[in-house]
Amino acid sequence: MVTSKVEGNAVTLLRKGQSTTTYKRQQKILGVLFSLPALALMFTFLVLPVILAFIYSLMNYNMLNPDAKTFIGLDNYIRLFQDPIFFTALKNTLYFTALVVPLQCAVALVLAILVNKKVKVASLGRVFFFSPVVTSMVVVAILWTFLYNVNNGLINSALNIFGIPNQPFLLSPDQAMNSIIFMSVWQAAGFQMMIFLAGLKDVPDTLYEAADIDGANAWQKFRNVTLPSIQHVTGFVLIITTIQAFRLFIQPYVMTNGGPSDSTKTLVFMLYENGFQFRDVGYSSAIAVVFFLVVIITSLILKKALKQ
Amino acid sequence: MTQRTKNKLKKIGVTLTILVLGFLFIAPLLWMIVASLKPETMIFKDMGFEAFIPKEITFAHYSKILFSENINFFHYMKNSIFTVGMIVILGTVVNSICAYALAKLKFPGSDLILIVIIALYVVPFESVLIPLYIVVNNFGWINEYPALIVPFIASAFNIFLFRQFFMGFPKELEEAAQIDGATPLQTFIRIVVPNSKPVFATAAILTFVTHWSDFMWPLIVATDQSIQTVQIGIQYLFTDNNIQYGQIMAALTLTTIPVILIFLFFQRYYVQGITSSGVKG
Repeated sequence: MVTSKVEGNAVTLLRKGQSTTTYKRQQKILGVLFSLPALALMFTFLVLPVILAFIYSLMNYNMLNPDAKTFIGLDNYIRLFQDPIFFTALKNTLYFTALVVPLQCAVALVLAILVNKKVKVASLGRVFFFSPVVTSMVVVAILWTFLYNVNNGLINSALNIFGIPNQPFLLSPDQAMNSIIFMSVWQAAGFQMMIFLAGLKDVPDTLYEAADIDGANAWQKFRNVTLPSIQHVTGFVLIITTIQAFRLFIQPYVMTNGGPSDSTKTLVFMLYENGFQFRDVGYSSAIAVVFFLVVIITSLILKKALKQ
Repeated sequence: MTQRTKNKLKKIGVTLTILVLGFLFIAPLLWMIVASLKPETMIFKDMGFEAFIPKEITFAHYSKILFSENINFFHYMKNSIFTVGMIVILGTVVNSICAYALAKLKFPGSDLILIVIIALYVVPFESVLIPLYIVVNNFGWINEYPALIVPFIASAFNIFLFRQFFMGFPKELEEAAQIDGATPLQTFIRIVVPNSKPVFATAAILTFVTHWSDFMWPLIVATDQSIQTVQIGIQYLFTDNNIQYGQIMAALTLTTIPVILIFLFFQRYYVQGITSSGVKG
């Protein structure tokens, strides 16, 4: 009797073990099946194009005559580094990034601190500051082209109130890029604000109370409590804002067509122009590879610098 | 001054600052809506604060762009809703099952796949623009709907978002289903999906808002009006030689209202999406 009971237990244990292995096996099969569609799509529309970009950049390949493509080594890159427009585009892209990133992050942080205060209008403010973010960049760019109009733009009419004469804004090589920067900060600051806000909400109140006891003023509290507490958020925001800034395209495309006198021509604008207006796949791919490397290297440097 | 009056003054100061800055942020959009309701001649005549007050309201611009043969903004709206809707539906399915596989159905190589997907997230779309065009062209999709949909179904960001959520999904629930004799597929469909509605909502909303704004890619692959989206439509109105400002304002408003409404109604999910993935990632 005793032995049979033990045997019985062993049998159930064995069965349970078997069903667990069957379940585990089913899980593995399902895992492969579940990840296949996404992986196949990613390979076809992301991995393959990345590889092709490198290959095409070494070729003489024009879309108008695709059968005549040949390998030409580094010729496209040599041409690129002798092309004055490339250095203009690189300079414009870096200028935009260098200005828009700190401005946007600073504005976003101020807005986040404001809407983090316990006042009734805070949630209304959140909605107002964030509305431009969900508005598409094409809509924003068209709207601001009207606002920036030299003769009948609202911004000039507002400046007139303060006695400032009409400004050319987008029509002037000196002001066009700065006008785009100002608009871009307005459009996107709400996005960074939301991320900062999430960071601010995690700062424990006790830290501020302790600072109060020490007699710290508002600036000291900001400098010694707020900033160190949201450090990891700041790092993340800086990196994504930088990557986003490098991609500048829609604003110059819609507002200035890269002008006046190439003052708003960016790397992505140049890439688009060569690829889809001049149909020069090889040259455009070389720009794409350089653009890709600039973005990756900058974000790696930032990541390293921020860790210290 | 007592501490209480001091705090009260501080609060009034913060409130005023928020309202003034809030007006500056909303002013261009407010002007857009108001101008779309004004007679054409008044749009650039009303300056200063008058620009934000419609003295005479007309819906003529809306009826023009929606019902006249040569503009047909309905057509652009329909195309946008269809293509973005398809990306949202197909994308949510494909990315959620892949994320579940990577989070819970460990199979040989799944960890490596996860690393590759995260690495792919940093590739800026612009750098694959030309080769992607050539790939899509080889499929014969230029000026066909799949060109606007298929390349955007799989998304590293969404996979990551779903995976974060599924990693925290209570194991006990899944084990209970297993003991009841459910297969892994049944567990996912009957237990995991119904209990993960917030992450599905977040992914769907983020995807909708992102792709509603798509411009560069449709500009390249949708040169035929039959499949063009709203963003391309408004750009055409804007570059028209005989520019009609009232109609453009109406078109800009119609393009913006769907996303603003989605944001207002689903604010919680939307914000969760951009913050949780970002701060923890």
